[in-house]
Parts: sequence; structure tokens; C-alpha cells
Amino acid sequence: MSIADAFAPTDDRERCITLAHGSGGALMHELIHEVFVGTFGAAPPGGLEDQARLDLGGFSTGGDRLALTTDSYVVDPLFFPGADIGKLAVCGTVNDLAVGGAQPRYLSCGMIIEEGLPVAVLQRVAASMKQAADAAEVAIVTGDTKVVPRGAADKLFINTAGVGLIPAGIEIAAAQARPGDVLIINGHLGDHGAAIVDARGELALEHHIESDCQALNGLVAVMLAACADIHCLRDLTRGGLATVLNEFARDSGVCLRIEETAIPVRDPVRALCEILGLDPLYLANEGKLLAVVPATASAAVLAAMQAHPAGQDSRIIGEVVERPAGRVILATAFGGERLVDMLVGEQLPRIC
Amino acid sequence: MSVGVPMKYVDEFRDPQRARRLIAAIHALYPAVGRPLQLMEFCGGHTQTLLRYGIERLLPEGIEMVHGPGCPVCVLPRERVDGAIALAARPEVILATFGDAMRVPGSCQTLLQARAGGADVRMVYSPLDALLLARRHPEREVVFFALGFETTMPATALTVLQAARQGVGNFSLFCNHITTLPTLRTVLDDPDMPLDGLLAPGHVSMVVGMQPFVRVAAHYRLPIVISGFEPLDMLQSLWLLLGQLAAGRHEVENQYARVVPAAGNTPGLEAMARVFGLQAAFDWDGSVAPEASGVRMREEYAHFDAGRRFPLPGRQTTMPAPPQCEQVLMGRLHPQACRHFGSDCTPAAPMGALMVSAEGACAACYHYGDRECCA
Repeated sequence: MSIADAFAPTDDRERCITLAHGSGGALMHELIHEVFVGTFGAAPPGGLEDQARLDLGGFSTGGDRLALTTDSYVVDPLFFPGADIGKLAVCGTVNDLAVGGAQPRYLSCGMIIEEGLPVAVLQRVAASMKQAADAAEVAIVTGDTKVVPRGAADKLFINTAGVGLIPAGIEIAAAQARPGDVLIINGHLGDHGAAIVDARGELALEHHIESDCQALNGLVAVMLAACADIHCLRDLTRGGLATVLNEFARDSGVCLRIEETAIPVRDPVRALCEILGLDPLYLANEGKLLAVVPATASAAVLAAMQAHPAGQDSRIIGEVVERPAGRVILATAFGGERLVDMLVGEQLPRIC
Repeated sequence: MSVGVPMKYVDEFRDPQRARRLIAAIHALYPAVGRPLQLMEFCGGHTQTLLRYGIERLLPEGIEMVHGPGCPVCVLPRERVDGAIALAARPEVILATFGDAMRVPGSCQTLLQARAGGADVRMVYSPLDALLLARRHPEREVVFFALGFETTMPATALTVLQAARQGVGNFSLFCNHITTLPTLRTVLDDPDMPLDGLLAPGHVSMVVGMQPFVRVAAHYRLPIVISGFEPLDMLQSLWLLLGQLAAGRHEVENQYARVVPAAGNTPGLEAMARVFGLQAAFDWDGSVAPEASGVRMREEYAHFDAGRRFPLPGRQTTMPAPPQCEQVLMGRLHPQACRHFGSDCTPAAPMGALMVSAEGACAACYHYGDRECCA
């Protein structure tokens, strides 16, 4: 019998993380092996070291620059329709690499656990991370576990850092949008943000909304194969489409013009926005991106995207024009125009 | 904004083709009126629709839309936000309120900032959620920061009645409801602001019915149309207003009949009458004191009144909002004409609630680009 088992209740479902699991002692050792090493992959033959050791041979082909990124995940609830904090922690970091044109290779995983979290929950999250990592063809190669007293964190926080390789010749940047370029997104907006509002259970909706959480590196690869000269690319996370549009407009000194009727939003998400007075342009996504591509390549990029599972609902939503520089303009279905501004703070439901 | 099937009760009221027909009808009718017009949309929800859909720019040149004071958090004096923050600062209190109240500036803080500083402030979708909080936390005092015109009053009243029925002792209201008619009369009595017609608030009318506006129309000889909030609702309402003006009529027409019953919402009105009485003084950031528009809880329900259960800070500690806010609120000053607009007053650093509320005229002008030419 292991030390962890000796101190654990007999029913595994009730076994919880305690401060002792974070103390660096035997219980922590047990936990790391049981939950993380067991799930993420076999330990190297000589045993675990304090750092992952990555063969440089793997880096010498396929790119001329390393991309490195990190992100922390604190979503509440931990599990929600379509995904969970584990899948999110893998896909989010993979996507931050992918939209720079990088091919993601390795991830780290730092866990901050509130004491009292059932071990079964941690196992479920780790399994989900492994599944998402396999699907995105990245390896989780190093990690860290901390346990904090009850109340010092909310159940579970995860940080992942990711390393990827950027192929030679790929130069994607927010400052490269040029008049005449075409704006393409890969599907419906706001699913993740709406799923989280729904999953918090405060609204008791009839139709549940699934998060769009997915890795985008496969999609980006086919886009770059169709056109290596993609000008701008960013995933639409917090702040939604409106925020990324404004970032591109500001950094490129151009105007991004979008058509209201071209922007795809699922009916349940629209309904939620209508009820709460939210704007889907600002809702969070976890599997969507905005690409700015030269007009000559737009048909090829769009076709490549639509042929990929993560881009079946891709569509052109607008174009880049010169003026007013730094602004985002929405052409309304009415034939009117309005500004689409940066979001200030979080979107708050209206009163009446 | 959709590629799916049309959304029932939404998309048919946003149909661009019908909108174009209505706009053409408005242009065709306007010459029969033959003079410049100042028309007020009372409600902040209407202001939002006008700007969000770019409707103002599609109207004949002689028609000026004046944005009215119908924004529940914009009419709150700062001292009331200070009061809510003081309540939230009490260790035993959970302060529950609507999201839109969270960013409204008090004298030195907003509720969001108070929450960051450790106050227990919760966002709820309905006063019933606040009552549920009270039942879940019997060891705490749950105070609902109740605000809004008659639109939100029935729900608050029914919640108090339910709390009384269930004997919930740790629930109370910080009551900041306000009634529409005295507020409207203050606007209409302003000699500097001659109005030619009024789009009356649809959701207030859903509660109070048409009758109160019939008296207003007769007294001020003012054409009134009770309007819905979708773009086609508003265009049709404007066309109806022009029809009255062209014919020299001044009456109340109900464009929003699918929601507004002529007699209002009787059970809602009864619940309001049981819980609330009118109170006098409730001034908005300065000189304009709409007579008796404030709402007070009746003695019978005094134990649900946070204002009587907890000490509140006095008015002497309140820092007044800039005087321009009141001018804009009352429709005397267009948001862009305010010298603070977009310079030292923005949604990120607002000087008044008008710049942060979802129904604030300044916020709508700022977000939807009325601050500069789009084209």
C-alpha cells in the first residue's frame, strides 16, 4: 500500500488533495506519478529531473525561429459543455503559438490546486489535457504542482507555457493589414463566452451552448500552405472579434470594415445576447481566429479553411480600407454604419 | 447578425427592406409638417437602438432626436452610489445588484472598485436571485440595490412580498426606484427645451399602461407614441408621430401593442402599491428635483428597507458630478457638445453614469461612433 493510500479514505471518489500533497514529500511524489506522469506519458528511463531535456535535433528542421508563449487558466466552472479547464489550457496556448505561424511542439503545465479538490477531478482534468495535447500533436514535457489553503485559490488554476517553431519565410504581424486585404473568420462567434454564462447556471436556458474550444494549429497549417503571405492572424479570445479587429486597425493604421450580415452567430448565442444585452462581437471564443489575407489569395485560403474540420464555417466578413485609420466600422443590415470600439472592462448585463 | 433561420420576434423587427420602406414613408410625410422638429426618445434603450442601427442619420434633416433621461443608473445621484458602497463595505452585508450599476461612479469609487477592495458585491439578473442569496447565506445580510423606473419595480415589489411570505429576515432593499411621470414632467416644464413630440418608454408603459401618458399629451398638447425597442418599432413610431404633427393632433398612440396593454400590468401595479409609496426629495446631481419621483417603502415593509436598517453616509460627503451631466441627462446638451465628451470623460474614465451605462446617451454616442464621421 502506498503512503497516499494509507492516508486516503477507502472510497477513491472522495479522496481529496490536501496541503500535504504540495509539501514536496512522499504524498506529492505519489500524486505527481499517479496523476501527471501516468497520464501525460512515461517518465524518462533515468527518472524525473527538474527540467525537461529537449533534443535540439528536433528543432533543427522545420523552422528558423522559436516561439515561446505562456497563459494562465482560471475558468469557473472547471467543466462546461464542450470542454473543461484542461482542454482549454492546452488549446489556448497551442493557439497562441499557432497564430504566430509557429508549429507547437512542447507544453509545460503548472497546477495551483486549492486544498480539498477531489483527486478524481484532477485526474479528469489531466486526462483531458492529454487528449487535447495528442489531438494537437504537442507533448506536455514538464510541470509543477502547488497546493494552497482553502480560499487562497478557486479549486484549480493552470498555467501552460508552449514552445513552437516558426518556418522560415512566415512573417505574421498585427501591423501588416493593407487596404484591399480581406478579413476571414473560421466560424460562429461567441460560443465559448455564452457556454460559460450558461454553465454557471444562473439563467436556466432550454438549449445548452457548447464551447468552441479547439486547437487551431492544424487549421493554420493548411491556411499557410494555401498562402504563406498571411498578413495578420490572431485567435479571438477574451474581448472577442471586436478587440482583435481594433488591434489590427490600430497597429496597421488602417480601417477594418465588416458587414453585419456576414458575421455568423448561432441562434442560442444570439438569444442569450438578446436577453442579457450583450454584443456577440465582444464575447469570448476559444477556437476562432481572424485572418487578414491579400485579396488575391483569399479564395484559396477560404477554400482551404472550409475543407478543414476547424474551419468548415469559415467566411469572409469584410475588408481593409484606408480611412478612418485606426478604426473599425460595421456596415449595418440597414445600410447604416457604426463604429465598433474596444471593450472597456467586462460586458455587464443591462437592467431593463 | 445571423446566418441561421430568422429569430422569431427579433429579426422581423429588424428587416432592412421594411426599414427602407418606413424611412421612405417618413421622408414623404415630413414636408407635410414643414418645420424643424425636436423629438425626444425618453428611454435610454431607445437611444441605444437609434445609434446602434444608425437610424438618426437616415431621418430627414429637420428632425433632431433629443436623448431623454430614461436611464435607471444615470438618474441616480452620486450620494446613492456612495450609500450602496457604504452598505457593501459592512462585513455582514452581501450587496446584490444589476450588472449595469457596477461601473457607475460614486464620489470616489464604483461598486466594481469596492468589490476589488474586498466588499462582497454580487451581480444578479433578478431581485429573486438576491432573495435566493439571502436564503443560502442566513448568517449574512443580503441587501438588494434596487433601481430602475416602473419597468423593474414590480419584480422588486414581488420579491419583497415573497420575502415577507417566506419570513426571510436577512434580506432588505436599498430602494432607489424612481417613477417616470414626475421625471418626464420636469423635462416638459423646461422652457428652454421645447419638444414637438415624444417617444414614450415601452417597458414602463407595459407596467403603467397608456393612461398616464394620455394626461401628459392633453396637458402639454404633445403628440406621444409608446414605442417598442427594435429599429422597425422606432421607425414606425416616428412615422406615427409625424402623422400626428402633420394633422395637428396630440394624442397617445400605442405602437408597442404587442407588449403594452392599454391598462398596464394590473397585478404588477397592485404589488407596487402594496410595497411602495412615493417620497419627495430625490434629486439628481444638482438643481433639478423632479417632484416626488422617488419611491419609498411603506411602513408595513420597513424591516425590508436597508435605508432604515443600516446607517448611511450623509450627503455632505458627496462630491457632485460635473454640471454638464445633468444638462445632457435632461436633453438640453447633446453628448458631443459637452466639453468633457471623449476627452477627459470616456468609458474607461467616466465622469458620470451617462458614459458607462448600457442605456447612457454618452456611452451610446461614444461606442457607436457618433463622436466623429464614419464615412
